[in-house]
Amino acid sequence: MSLMVEMGQKAFDLGVPIAVHLDVTYRCNERCIHCYLDHNDRGEMTTAEIKGVLDQLAGAGVFFLTFSGGEVFLRRDFFELLEYARRLLFNVKIKTNAVMIRENEAQKLRELGVDTLQISIYSHRAEVHDAITKLPGSFDRSITAIRFLRDRGLKVTIANVLMTGNLGDQYHLQKLAAELGVHYTVDPTITPMMDGDTSVLSLRIPGEELREVFRNPALVGNMEEFCAPPNPPTSDDLEGYSCSAGHSFCYISPYGDVFPCVQFPLPSGNLRRQKFVDIWNHSPQLNEVRSIQAKDLTVCSSCSHVSSCTRCPGLAYMEGSMRGPSTADCEKSFYRTGIPTANMLRHDGKLPPRPLVQIQPLAL
Amino acid sequence: MAETYIARSSAIAARMLAGEMMVMNSLDSTFFTLNEVATAIWQAADGRTPLREIVQEKVCGQYEIDPEQAQKDAADFVTELSKHGILLVADHPLADPANLEER
Repeated sequence: MSLMVEMGQKAFDLGVPIAVHLDVTYRCNERCIHCYLDHNDRGEMTTAEIKGVLDQLAGAGVFFLTFSGGEVFLRRDFFELLEYARRLLFNVKIKTNAVMIRENEAQKLRELGVDTLQISIYSHRAEVHDAITKLPGSFDRSITAIRFLRDRGLKVTIANVLMTGNLGDQYHLQKLAAELGVHYTVDPTITPMMDGDTSVLSLRIPGEELREVFRNPALVGNMEEFCAPPNPPTSDDLEGYSCSAGHSFCYISPYGDVFPCVQFPLPSGNLRRQKFVDIWNHSPQLNEVRSIQAKDLTVCSSCSHVSSCTRCPGLAYMEGSMRGPSTADCEKSFYRTGIPTANMLRHDGKLPPRPLVQIQPLAL
Repeated sequence: MAETYIARSSAIAARMLAGEMMVMNSLDSTFFTLNEVATAIWQAADGRTPLREIVQEKVCGQYEIDPEQAQKDAADFVTELSKHGILLVADHPLADPANLEER
């Protein structure tokens, strides 16, 4: 176990929020066809409010801080916030489309000691990428920014979302990432929009295509290991928890709402009315999330995949119950191993349709 | 004998977790944890105070330890962290690059 994993486990066991994802805005200069966000500003936290939140997060023990959005650079005070965060010694990761990063910005990011920038790129072909972002020229601007960042020694990860519009380009994009000397990740998860509109789900790639993706060693590493049948669950597996959401990680919206995770729209408190530490320690919602062990899961506790499934409790919550199955993960487990999940078996071997909700800000 | 001055690199992130200081260098993702004594030295690395004084005040003044051994251990520790770019070392005072605040 690496030292970092060991410290992450220690934070989990002690209930220390070692990592936080903070969206500083939902505004964006792109209009990606798969994005789940409403891009209007409905009362973002001010500079002073966010600095106050950062002070609280540092005091609570947060080490890994992700700034995201929306597009973070649309905030005129973003560098001020970033500098403040670095003075508080957070390890900072930024998720951005990089369209607004030129040489000066890249240099400032380097000087401020940013750890990593994760940049959304959807294809190696400009026309495909720009059709997804709906911003002409965005591919060229983002790739140019990646070169500026890389040339200054910053770590960059290209993040690709697999969808119907770019399926098949993932291998070429991976090659481009290698040529640029940056990391590459790919994710097939598409979530409904914040207002509950599920039309974007039609962009999800067909499950059969996942089988192909999961059998490409260039994307998954050791394919035999990745696609191996699940081991029978041990008592440790059944007493284990789903993930770090609410245990050592949480999400904060631009309006100060706190959630267990960016993909877990269970409102758990608001930083305009409550201290972070009070929400973290006493929120009934977070405490409920923390209480759930694999043995408590309504369907998944009896599933043969329970020891290795990537079941997301947030996606399960969006389907109706945080203790229930997450059909998107059932799909992944099935197409990865070829073995039906308990959720499928109770639906005659088919994956059930899934009603979903999305993030709703707390009523002020 | 020339004095040694130490300052923390502006590329580092740090936080206390359960009595240990986690330190990470963003340039190469080197990740360390520092024990109590190492943390005391690291926190005092302001670029202006000679290492010898830091060890006298923060280590010998607080812990039961042979002063000569403490100075040697501190020198080894500083050399190790400087190799990973976490501490800047010089024989003259240094500016604290990031004006850092620990929690």
